[in-house]
Amino acid sequence: MTVLEVNDVRKAFRGLHAVDGVSFTVERGAILGVIGPNGAGKTTLFDLIGGTLRPDAGRVVLDGRDVTGSPAHRVARAGLARTFQLMRPFASMTVRENVCVAALTRDRAGADERADAVIARVGLEPWRDTRAGELPTAGRKRLELARALATRPHVLLLDEVLSGLVPAEREPLLELLTGLRDAEGLTLVLIEHIMAAVMRLSDRVLVLDQGRVLATGTPEEVTRDPRVIEVYLGEERFDDG
Amino acid sequence: MTAEARPVVPEPRWGGRSLTAARAAAVLIALIAAVTVAYATQGQPVVVTQAVITGILTGGVYGLVAMGLTLIFGVLDIVNFAHGAFLALAMFVTFGLVAALGVHPYAALAVSVPLLFALGWVLQYGLLNRAMGGPLQNQLLITLGISLLIENALLLFLGANPRSAPLPGDRALPVLGAVADTSRVLAFAAALALAGALWLILTRTRVGTAIRAVAADPRGAEHVGVDVRRIYALTFALGTACAGAAGTLVAPFATIEPTTGQLFTIVAFVVVVLGGMGNVPGALAGGLVIGLTEQLGGVFLPGQSPMLPVFVVFVLALFLRPQGLFGGNG
Amino acid sequence: MTRPGGLPGLGGRGTRRNLLLIALLCAVMIPLPLVLPPAQQAVAVRVLIFALMGLGWNLMSGFGGMFSFGHAAYFGIGAYTGAWLLVERGVSPWIGMLAGAALAAAFGLLIGFLSFRYKLRGAYFALATFAFAEMLRLIATNSDLVNRAQGYNVPLIQGSSLWMLQFPLGSPGYFWVALALVAAAVAVTWLFLRSRAGRFTIAVRDDETAAESLGVSAMRYKLLTMALSAAITSVAGAFYVQYYMFVDPDLAFGANVSIQAILPAVIGGVGTLWGPVVGAVVLGPLSDVTATLLRNPPEALSMLAGRAGLDVMLYAALLIVMVLALPKGLYGTLAERRRG
Repeated sequence: MTVLEVNDVRKAFRGLHAVDGVSFTVERGAILGVIGPNGAGKTTLFDLIGGTLRPDAGRVVLDGRDVTGSPAHRVARAGLARTFQLMRPFASMTVRENVCVAALTRDRAGADERADAVIARVGLEPWRDTRAGELPTAGRKRLELARALATRPHVLLLDEVLSGLVPAEREPLLELLTGLRDAEGLTLVLIEHIMAAVMRLSDRVLVLDQGRVLATGTPEEVTRDPRVIEVYLGEERFDDG
Repeated sequence: MTAEARPVVPEPRWGGRSLTAARAAAVLIALIAAVTVAYATQGQPVVVTQAVITGILTGGVYGLVAMGLTLIFGVLDIVNFAHGAFLALAMFVTFGLVAALGVHPYAALAVSVPLLFALGWVLQYGLLNRAMGGPLQNQLLITLGISLLIENALLLFLGANPRSAPLPGDRALPVLGAVADTSRVLAFAAALALAGALWLILTRTRVGTAIRAVAADPRGAEHVGVDVRRIYALTFALGTACAGAAGTLVAPFATIEPTTGQLFTIVAFVVVVLGGMGNVPGALAGGLVIGLTEQLGGVFLPGQSPMLPVFVVFVLALFLRPQGLFGGNG
Repeated sequence: MTRPGGLPGLGGRGTRRNLLLIALLCAVMIPLPLVLPPAQQAVAVRVLIFALMGLGWNLMSGFGGMFSFGHAAYFGIGAYTGAWLLVERGVSPWIGMLAGAALAAAFGLLIGFLSFRYKLRGAYFALATFAFAEMLRLIATNSDLVNRAQGYNVPLIQGSSLWMLQFPLGSPGYFWVALALVAAAVAVTWLFLRSRAGRFTIAVRDDETAAESLGVSAMRYKLLTMALSAAITSVAGAFYVQYYMFVDPDLAFGANVSIQAILPAVIGGVGTLWGPVVGAVVLGPLSDVTATLLRNPPEALSMLAGRAGLDVMLYAALLIVMVLALPKGLYGTLAERRRG
C-alpha cells in the first residue's frame, strides 16, 4: 500500500530551481534513503512534503489524502513527522517539556508518560531536565527524533539525524528505527550523508542532483550507477562512516 | 539547503527597474486622479490648489526628516524612536542660537549638524552597539529611552512654552492663486539637495560602499576588513546629522516644543515604510505621497484628523508592500 | 487533564508554589490601605494598574514573543467601553469591564489575523500595532459618539457602591478591587502557562517552524494569546477610568500608554510570571519620588523647582540601563541566579 506519493513537485527561489520535478512513492513500512550532493534540494524536498514550504507545482499525497500546499500543522496531524537538519529545539524548555509539547499535539491524556517513554527510547534520559538550548549537538539530534516520534507518526522524514553522532551512538538509533518499522509499520524517508547507514537501512534509494531525480533503485543498483558515481566523485562519501 | 535558512517567508519579489517605474507611475496616477476628483467635486478650486502645494512642500519636509531614519533602519535594522527627539533637539539648538546670538536661522546648521552627528556617533558607539545582534526590541527600547530622555530634559530645563525661530524676510509667495511660504520652499529645496548628497555619499564614496556592504551582509563585510562597529556608528551619526539638518530647516515654520518630534517620528516611519527601508530617494517620494495624502485627506474628510488617512495608507503599505512602494533594495 | 512537567520556559520548577505566593501576597497586602496614608494609597493603586497593564503586555510580547508597541489600543478600548456604557447607558462598570474585554479581544484578533496573514514580523509588527493604536486615538478624538477630545467624566454617586465601583475618597475599596484584579491576572497567566495552549504558545515563540511541524497551528495560538493579552490590558483601562473618574483620547490611546504597558515587564523581566508585578512596584512610586524632590528641591536642583519631566527621565534612564545591563529584568535575573 502506498503511504506517500510525491508527484512532479517543483520549487524555485528567485528563479533558481531548488526542486525541479521530483516524483516518487513510498510503500507502508518501507525505508527510502535520499542522497545527493550539497545543494541537491534534499531539505527543500522535505520542506515541500511537510508543508513548511508550498510547492510551485506538483502533488503530495499522504495516506490517499492530497496534502499539497497544506500548512505544516495539518500535514503533521495527518500523520507525518519530520526532523530538521539544522536543529530547531524549543530553546527555553527542558528536553522533557519539548517532547511533551509534541506528545500533547496528539492527546492530552498520558502525554507525560508517552514523553518519558520516548525519551528513554532515544537515550535522552540523562538530559531529561536540561534546557534544550544548552544541549550539545548530539543531544539536539536525538531531541529532534524524540519530538517527531512523540507525535506517533505513520511517516517519518529524517533529515540527517545520524550525522553528529559517533558510530557507537548510531547503532542503537538504527536499531530503534528498524524496530519501529517492524513493530508498528512506520514508514521512513531519510536524508543521510553517512552512506554506510543509508545503504544498510534503506530498501530503496533516491539520488537527487540539482533538484532532479538522478537515479532510484535498491542500494546495490544505485551504487553501481555510473551517473551516481560521477556526481559523488571526489566527495568520497561512500567510504565515510 | 538554502530553504532551511529562510522558512515560510514570502519570496521577495524582485522588481526590476521597469516594475519600479510602473509602481511609481501607478502611485502618481492615483494621486493625480485624487487631485482631479478633488477639483471636480470641491466648490473652490483654490482650496485644492493650496492643498496640493502645501502637500508637496510638507511632503518634502517629511522626506527630509525621514531620510536619516531610513538610513538607520535600512543599514542597522534599528527602529529608531528617538529620531523625532533628535529633530527637536536641533530645533532648540537653532532657537537658542537665534535668540541668544541673533544669527540667521540657517547659520545654525553649522552647529546643529556637527552636534547631532557627534551625538549620534556617541550613542551608537556607547549604547546601541552593545545591543546589536540582540533581540530587535532591545534596540527599540533603547532608542525609546533616548527619546524620552531628550524630550524630558528639554522639558525640564527649558519648559513647555512653545518657541519659534522665524526666518528674516519670510513671506507668502503667490503660486497659481495659492500661496507658499519662502521658508517652506527653501526647506523643500534643501530636502532635494540633501537627498542628492546622501545618494552621492552612498553610491560614489568608499565610505558609502562600506555602508552598503554592511547593510547587505555585516558578517561578509567584516570578513573583507570593514570595521562594522565603526560603520554602524558612522551610519547612525549620518542619520542623526540628517535629523539635525532637518530640525534647523523646519525650525522657522514649526512650533518648537519638547514634544514636537513625536509627530515627526510617526510620520517619518510611515514615510520610511512607504519608500522602502534604506531607500533614500524612496524616502523623498514617500514623503511627497504622505504630504499629499494628508492634505487631500483634509479636503475629502474635513471633520477628521489629517493623520487618519496617513495611518490608513501606512497600514495598507505594511500589509501589502512592506518592502516599500518603489521596490528598492528589498 | 494531566499536568505534565513544569512551567515551560521557566525551567520546569516552582509551579504550584506560585499559587501559594499569590495567596500569600494578597493576604499581606489586604491590610495595607488601612495603614498607608492616602497619598501612599494612591501610589499603591497606581502600582497595581501598572502591574495589570504589564501582565497583559507580557502575555503577548513576553510569552507569545510578539512585540507590541500598541497596547494603548486595548487599554483604551477597555477605558472607553466602560466609560461609554456607564455615562450613556448607566451600566455597571463591571459589565462594562466584561464588554470592554470582549471588544479588546476581538480587536486583538483582528490586528493579529491581518498581521499574521500578511506575515508581519519584528519591527513591522511593532509598527503595525502602534499604527492601530494611533488610529483609534484619532478616531476617538474626532468622533461625536465618544465625545471627541473632551472624553468622559464618571458621574458621582451618593455614598459607595461596589456594584458601581465607586468609593469615597481615601476608601480602601479601590485598592482591594485593583488587588483582586491583579491577583486574578497573575492567576490567569499561571493557568494559561500550564495549559496545553500555553505550552504551544511558548513552543511557537521559541521556534514557529518546529512547532508547526509537530502539528501546532501557530496562527491559532498566537491569536489566542493576543486576545487574552488584550482582554487583561483592557481591564486595566476600565479600572483606570473608575479610579481617576476621567478619560480622554490621549489618556486612553496615547503612545505613552503603550510605553507604560511595556515598562513594567522590561524592568521586572520579560516572559516571567512575576516580572511585570516587580517592575510595577519599582516604577509606580518613581513619579511621586521626583515630584516630592522637585517640590522641595535641594540647593543644587533649585532651578528646577516645579518643573515636570524628571520622573520620565528616570524611567528612561532605568529603561536603557536595564536593557543593556540586565536584559532579563530584576525578577528574571534573580530567578535565573537562583536556578544556578
